[in-house]
Amino acid sequence: MQFGALKSVSELDITVNKGEIVSVIGPNGAGKTTLFNVVTGIYTPTEGDVLLDGKSIAGKDPAIINRLGIARTFQNVRLFLNMSVIENVMAATYAQTKSNIFASALGLPSSRKEEREVRAKAEELLSFFGTRLTGYRWEQPAYSLSYANRRRLEIARALATNPKVLLLDEPAAGMNPKETQEITEVVGRLRSEKDLTILVIEHDMHVVEGISDRVIALDHGVKIAEGDFDSVATHPDVVEAYLGKGSADRK
Amino acid sequence: MSDQQSLGIGTDEWVAQHEKRLARRSGFLGIIDLLNQKFSPTLRYGILGIAAIAFGAFVHNLYLQRIAANLGVFLILTLGLNVVMGFAGLLDLGFVAFFGFGAYAYALTSSAQLNQHWPTYFSVPAIVIVTAFLGYLVSLPSRRLFGDYLAIVTLFFGQVFIQLIISSDSITFPGHENSTDITGGSNGIPGLDPFVLFSHKFKTITDYYWLLLVVLILLMIAIIRVDRARVGRAWKTVREDSLASQAMGIKVNNLKMLAFIVGASIAGLAGTIFAGIQGAVFINGFDMPLLTLIYAAVILGGSGSIPGSILGAFVMSVLPEILRVQNYSEMLFLAVLILTIAVLGKSWKKFAFNIALVILIGLFFKIIFAALNLTTTPAATWAIAPVSKLLKYWLFIPQNRILWGNIAFIILISLVAYYSIAREKMKLYLLPVIAYVAIFLWEDRLVVEPNTTRQLIIGMLLVVLMIVRPQGFLGKTRVEVL
Repeated sequence: MQFGALKSVSELDITVNKGEIVSVIGPNGAGKTTLFNVVTGIYTPTEGDVLLDGKSIAGKDPAIINRLGIARTFQNVRLFLNMSVIENVMAATYAQTKSNIFASALGLPSSRKEEREVRAKAEELLSFFGTRLTGYRWEQPAYSLSYANRRRLEIARALATNPKVLLLDEPAAGMNPKETQEITEVVGRLRSEKDLTILVIEHDMHVVEGISDRVIALDHGVKIAEGDFDSVATHPDVVEAYLGKGSADRK
Repeated sequence: MSDQQSLGIGTDEWVAQHEKRLARRSGFLGIIDLLNQKFSPTLRYGILGIAAIAFGAFVHNLYLQRIAANLGVFLILTLGLNVVMGFAGLLDLGFVAFFGFGAYAYALTSSAQLNQHWPTYFSVPAIVIVTAFLGYLVSLPSRRLFGDYLAIVTLFFGQVFIQLIISSDSITFPGHENSTDITGGSNGIPGLDPFVLFSHKFKTITDYYWLLLVVLILLMIAIIRVDRARVGRAWKTVREDSLASQAMGIKVNNLKMLAFIVGASIAGLAGTIFAGIQGAVFINGFDMPLLTLIYAAVILGGSGSIPGSILGAFVMSVLPEILRVQNYSEMLFLAVLILTIAVLGKSWKKFAFNIALVILIGLFFKIIFAALNLTTTPAATWAIAPVSKLLKYWLFIPQNRILWGNIAFIILISLVAYYSIAREKMKLYLLPVIAYVAIFLWEDRLVVEPNTTRQLIIGMLLVVLMIVRPQGFLGKTRVEVL
């Protein structure tokens, strides 16, 4: 992926297997979010390809890529702030629901039934986070939520699109240690209960250690290490990327 | 267990504030809060509907009926624009062109202009469909645009429409010698056929009134339903964050096109009815002034709010009419003034204090200036209206009203400006003075110049409201980034 003369991500070859949780780590500006943006269609790669189940999805419209089964959250949390919590989740079921403008305007039974189903689904998805986003919180505007709850809501919203692959961009950012612990558990449950393949960008090494089957380290848009957490965390290039040249020797 | 803990301190600020939100504010605003709690939206719409039916059944004043019919057409337009701008967040400045297209299409298919006299039950639906298609065509180049860019492009389409209508009065078709007059140019098209529905010919404005009422009720039910359902939600996501919306599988471009199409067809429908009522179409009715009024109505009421659109349309289309009549305008002015004092005073005690102070100030000046022999009796036309009759015993009426009025105008503006930065305690005394100067200015200067007054009042209303309540009368506060 190239912006003008700047190569943001280059010659990056990543494979994520079904049911796997893979963490992407790296210092700021390493190209982690760019990678996500390429995969979800927000950027069209200048070179290379993105394959989902062996089919190319590179350069497709983000909405199409989502419909093919890749959902994501955003590093800077992009909720529909002025909609209620439950509306945020219900809106994300758009692609799987059918009732068109006429059916809704006429209040056809099929449209009403679908509306009930969508709401039930949204309530169920929100109950995934215990009682944090249930009950009285359903009708709150999203902007009234705390930062941690916004991150949870974003995950619930992504789940509402029925994805096969979930991309989480810093799910634990801005959370306290207890909440971080909780989100680690949630990621594990997402795989076991929702049958998801998960790709995570995360800076918190406790989270990375706790959830990852495999860790990929990026720096300057290049993969510098790949493997299980311990081998990547102690890899000299990774230590150097985070702490500077020569740090690995001093250690 | 962890759930119980997690609902502890700090996480639950919304619940903690729940009671506070329900509690009524003191003073005048408390009454509004009480009404809000007592009347459900359904009840409010019901009351409004009954009032509208009662109006149609009992009011036979032609002037009032005409105002009501104009309000009806304007309301359809406001609801349509509310879909495009309020729900989908698209700044469509070509909106009024679809209204004009609907009107002209009806004129061309129901007049001697092209010698076409289509039956209404065919022409109106056909025109609505064609306008929808036109909306689709306009949306094709616009669908990738947002905000200012979209505004420029749609503004251009609106102007193109006007130029096309004006210059289509002499078109020479290939193979013909003489030019044909299609749109009548700036002369418009007069002599349109009235609507004929269910073999009933629409002879009076009352017929159109009932038609408008039925159309409005159906339209409102449809829009409210759509707003709460799948498409309405998706529109709101486009307005809120179109990138996130796309990432959630919503085809943003299609939804924007749909909003354009829906808005266009609603405006087209309004156009046909408008042409039917007027019996003639003229291009200058579909230009910027109307567009500005519709936008003002939607923004004033609260963009995205349907009750807000109704209120906004009411204010923008009925208020100018009320202000035409001196007596009504006076009463309205005083009512608004007293309401403002009540709202700003926040409690009944302060309200009573302010009103008493206003009366005292009035009497004080009356006596002082009477002693100085500067007072005169009001002009004959002035004292006819009941309110003025009453006020003349209290209000100081100078000999040179224009001069004193102009001075009062400057004083008023300075005082209002100062009020906005004054301290709370100062405001309590400042408010009655402002109120007095405002009444003085109104009675001595403005009331005799109704046209200037109308524009001034509406302009001030917009300015004040946008400062005090940027979200409009009934709009929800919108948060950009928190």
